[in-house]
Amino acid sequence: MRREKAPVWIGLLAALGAAFFIIPLVGLVVRTPWGDAARSLTSADTLDALRLSLIASLSATAVALVLGVPLAWIYARIDFPGRAVVRALTTLPMVLPPVVGGIALLLAFGRRGLLGSWLAMVGVSLPFTTAGVVLAETFVAMPFLVLTVEAGLRSMDRRYEDAARTLGASRWTVFTRVTLPLIAPSVLAGAVLCWARALGEFGATITFAGNFPGVTQTMPLAVYLLLETDPQGSFVLSLILLMVSLLVLVGLRHRWLGSA
Amino acid sequence: MRKFVVVLGLLALACGSSPGSTARPTIDVYAAASLTDAFKALGASFQGASVRFNFAGTPTLVTQIEQGAEADVFASADTTNMDKLKADGFASGEPKVFAHNSLEIVVAPGNPKGIASLADLAKPGVLYISAGPTVPAGKYAAQALAKAGVTVHPRSLETDVKSVVSKIELGEADAGIVYRTDVRAAGTKVTGMSIPDAYNVVATYPLVEVKGAKNPDAAIAFIAYVLSAEGQAKLATFGFQ
Repeated sequence: MRREKAPVWIGLLAALGAAFFIIPLVGLVVRTPWGDAARSLTSADTLDALRLSLIASLSATAVALVLGVPLAWIYARIDFPGRAVVRALTTLPMVLPPVVGGIALLLAFGRRGLLGSWLAMVGVSLPFTTAGVVLAETFVAMPFLVLTVEAGLRSMDRRYEDAARTLGASRWTVFTRVTLPLIAPSVLAGAVLCWARALGEFGATITFAGNFPGVTQTMPLAVYLLLETDPQGSFVLSLILLMVSLLVLVGLRHRWLGSA
Repeated sequence: MRKFVVVLGLLALACGSSPGSTARPTIDVYAAASLTDAFKALGASFQGASVRFNFAGTPTLVTQIEQGAEADVFASADTTNMDKLKADGFASGEPKVFAHNSLEIVVAPGNPKGIASLADLAKPGVLYISAGPTVPAGKYAAQALAKAGVTVHPRSLETDVKSVVSKIELGEADAGIVYRTDVRAAGTKVTGMSIPDAYNVVATYPLVEVKGAKNPDAAIAFIAYVLSAEGQAKLATFGFQ
């Protein structure tokens, strides 16, 4: 990279911009009562929230992988009418306020929802269940996986697929034996992004799945509610989520931070 | 470069100046979610200032005020949270009790699950939800259930009483225990089943001027208005006692 000197104003504003992100993080680290960390971490509610968050976010990631990779493949390879519209609609949760997503889920999968009323007839009710949490998290997080995998599919060298086809491999064999291994890094990156987003999900979860310790109260909900009763505890939980986010970022550094 | 500095300066001025300082003052009233409709009506008829409201679960409001939110008046749905605010040094003067409320069971219109008593909440197939244990409504609900000797596990602990009512309205839950004023405010969208006095809990609502209020005079005037005969009559029309 060519060495360049920044004009004073750009440098100052850039420093202000960077400080804006760094100061809150420093605040969290400084104010966390390290002495109490062990107590906060081992309280039953915290452990419940941690366990639930792990189960729900990993399940959401699994669902997103099973449904999202095929979706990404279709977007990248098949030119069907209305693709742009469908693609936009399935990407919408990335920019949609999560609470709105939660309300939409209620109206679709709630007991009186479009599909929910059918589900209720066979005795399946999603709100207030862990399955409801997984649904809410999948809704907001899957687009991150779909877009990442789609980008991977578009940038891969398709000559390998063509070669496999000419050698007589079926389309399915090509997908599983050639395409998937080639885009594995994108799938992994997409899954990690999706998992991180699912782990942090708050708005859609509390709206659609409610809040009950051990069943639907995930880490972000616990952090929010603990702030009212046990601020120190909520600082500790916040710090854990911060660490996880940091690990995700470090893990994906080659994708986002270039050579840094 | 110079132009840029000027623009920045203008922006700073625009943000810093207080528009309409000659108009009547504005006060921020932080009030328990159960007061939503009643306080909106009181705010509309109060002449001393224009009133902005922040309605939420009482403990949420306490947290907001203690974290530096600029509130002028705080109206709590219980004495516990008010005592906490006062003990932490955020209240100016003595809190005054301005209303009482009692509990009802809230169910879907027409009571399809046939819930007639607190004991019915524990019946299998009844999806009961409650406000969280730190929210006054949730605490009172637990007290009423304890008095009646009923053990029932809520499926969700909502962050304020109004969201309990809306989950019943949406049909996502079958029953909850809320204030009778909430049932009344929801009109025909829900049905209320009364709870006998022996098990019922009387909710006490105090309000206070918040220390460091921007408009202490207007805050005090608003509190006086809520306690006045006119204010009390208005509260009564919403079912407060």
